[in-house]
Amino acid sequence: MKIAICVKQVPDSWAEKKMVSGRLDRESVDAVLNDLDEYAIEEALRIVEPLNEGKETAEHTITLISMGPERATEAIRKGLSMGADSGILVTDVALQGSDAVSTAKVLAKTIESGGFDLVFCGTESTDARMSVVPAMLAEILGWAQLTFAGSVKVDISANQVEIARMTDSGVENMSAKFPCVVSVIEKINEPRYPSFKGIMAAKKKPIENKTLGDLGLASSDLSAWSEVVDSQPRPPREKGLKLEDSGEGGAKLADYLLEKRLV
Amino acid sequence: MTKNLVLIDHDGNKVAKSAAELATFAKRAGNAIGLLLANSGSGDSLAAQLNGTEFERVLIVENDEINRHGIAAATAAIAQIIEKEGAESIFIASSARGKEIAGRLAVRLKSGIITDAVDVASDLSTTQSVFGGSFSVKAKLKTPLSIITVRPSSIEPVISTSNPTIEKVTVAIDAKDKLVEISASQPPVKGGRPDLTEAKIVISGGRGTNGNFAEVEAFADLVGGAVGASRAATDAGWYPHTHQVGQTGKTVSPQLYVACGISGAIQHRAGMQTSKTIVAINKDPEAPIFDLADFGVVGDLFAVLPQAREAIKSKRS
Repeated sequence: MKIAICVKQVPDSWAEKKMVSGRLDRESVDAVLNDLDEYAIEEALRIVEPLNEGKETAEHTITLISMGPERATEAIRKGLSMGADSGILVTDVALQGSDAVSTAKVLAKTIESGGFDLVFCGTESTDARMSVVPAMLAEILGWAQLTFAGSVKVDISANQVEIARMTDSGVENMSAKFPCVVSVIEKINEPRYPSFKGIMAAKKKPIENKTLGDLGLASSDLSAWSEVVDSQPRPPREKGLKLEDSGEGGAKLADYLLEKRLV
Repeated sequence: MTKNLVLIDHDGNKVAKSAAELATFAKRAGNAIGLLLANSGSGDSLAAQLNGTEFERVLIVENDEINRHGIAAATAAIAQIIEKEGAESIFIASSARGKEIAGRLAVRLKSGIITDAVDVASDLSTTQSVFGGSFSVKAKLKTPLSIITVRPSSIEPVISTSNPTIEKVTVAIDAKDKLVEISASQPPVKGGRPDLTEAKIVISGGRGTNGNFAEVEAFADLVGGAVGASRAATDAGWYPHTHQVGQTGKTVSPQLYVACGISGAIQHRAGMQTSKTIVAINKDPEAPIFDLADFGVVGDLFAVLPQAREAIKSKRS
């Protein structure tokens, strides 16, 4: 079984983000592996590790696929240090500022060229937060879509995946035959910290660099269907009242809320 | 007049609040046509709940395969209706399912997609609030069809005096859209409290609760609010992660947001800073949450909240 995991390098979700000419300013903030992708990596590791146990060479492998600038190699390396086997990074100037459909197209082409059985993803990237790429991948590839999984069971003898989809609309149990696109929610597991041994091993693991041309795509295949007309920082909030609680803070809070008819 | 379709969200019995809101946005741009995907026999009772909204027509697709095969099957049904109607836009409520359907439609119909709009103008240009509300972006799609998902509670729906005309339509779902088999589904476990993203009041607890949410919950119940939590609180396992407000959780924009024992790291602010009024209770006078707060109390939430609760109770009676 070959598993691909789509990962993204994003600005640290604990840092302030800014916009420059309608695009996220990626230079001014630390770039990290998207938090939510770590859950996908952990889940895939938990699936292949028992299957590979005791085998001389790993029969079941995990490849991390990313699209981004060269420095996205660091995000892939982090995933490799957790235990994935190899990486593919698609870098091309034509991809700067790509929309979700273009991103999904590029990832789908990369997946198609690799002979994978399953694709794992996080549910969203913490920068764009659209939460559409896994569904788009399933649509482009024509694969089964098993997304927002709170649990995943892979039956390798039946080539089947079963998940419990957990969203605000409730829980749905669903299954499909390979190949499938699976996205996993936060809290499906506790992602491991890379061990020292893992970090050292990751340095020797292969990362393949590809361009749009290598994938048989041209910049004219990419869509640019939306246009940012204007982007403005939100005006700062007006300074509010702040008081020290010296025994009547709660009562004063109640007065404020009642006076403003907020409760 | 542009033809604007609205995918009507429902749980099988009840139409979601978002339907009337999206009708109002669609009507701004031209004709508002509702689309109901329902199980056989349930379309009429759902459609009846759309009386008094701004829909002129409601199309009902009764097809059990959509519920059995999930997002791909729903996408197939909607794509067929869009093409048949020659619609220029489709409005969908922003939810996990709504955004996934929108994403697949964008690929299938080669059309532009905007997610999480908070406003849509009559020319279908949209406003989005990004990076946790720190920036506002206006955008416009360049394709003949605009696919737009809109956050719930972004507009007060207009009430209409007329009722929509109801039409039944059929679709065909191909095998390629039936790859997934849904064997069971359970509705969400609802407590007595309102839904976090729809609530007018949200009371949230963080590290300062030390895992004890009793006071936060009691205050929420008194004022009819929803309960939220910071990432620190959900990571510690003190509260379910479905209640997490922040960069990697839910984005809320209620009339009143009360942050209890939450320091106000960017991670959290990104999920709540567009709230109309913000109240903060924190022991640390330097906590960044106070920079956002319209009213801040430097103190212990376990003293402040019960006192405020008693004061509100006694003033109300």
